[in-house]
Amino acid sequence: MILARVCGTVVSTVKIEDLEGLKLMIVQPVSPGGEAAGKQIVAVDTVQAGVGDYVLVIDEGGSAGIMLEMSSQAIRTVIAAIVDRIDVVKEGKYVR
Amino acid sequence: MKIGRVTGTVVSTEKLESLEGIKLLLVQPLDENMKSNGSPLVACDTVQAGTGDLVIYEGGREAAVALDNWFNPSDAAVIGIIDQIDQVGK
Repeated sequence: MILARVCGTVVSTVKIEDLEGLKLMIVQPVSPGGEAAGKQIVAVDTVQAGVGDYVLVIDEGGSAGIMLEMSSQAIRTVIAAIVDRIDVVKEGKYVR
Repeated sequence: MKIGRVTGTVVSTEKLESLEGIKLLLVQPLDENMKSNGSPLVACDTVQAGTGDLVIYEGGREAAVALDNWFNPSDAAVIGIIDQIDQVGK
């Protein structure tokens, strides 16, 4: 799973059937420290994440299909969880 | 899923049978500031997107599954036309 921050929403009415009724959010992959780490991608929200939330994103077709209980797995990027806190060990001590 | 802009179409008559009847679009990947980012790619159209449209496209095997005949080697497919993007601080 990818650690990311939600930084926007995408509205699309003309799209494939699988995407109907699903909220699309722009997520920016981040490092545990919070700095941007990678390109922004669009993910399907399943946990009612809000803009500014830190989230866990699954970017792999098999798991996304299982999560969305969908027969055809045309979706691979799904927000799976909202992160409350990250504890990082740095030189032997926890840094929040 | 990534954001891109349709910058043209690609016509090919000599191609794999499974790709017949599928419109091929030239898509330019965009970054968060809607600036070109990376080299253009050719994607299969599933939503009748036109040149100039801001679109969502998907790569990998999921692109093939998005098409009617999922048994084909497509590795990029346009799966949505974007109406509006709201971004923090933009």
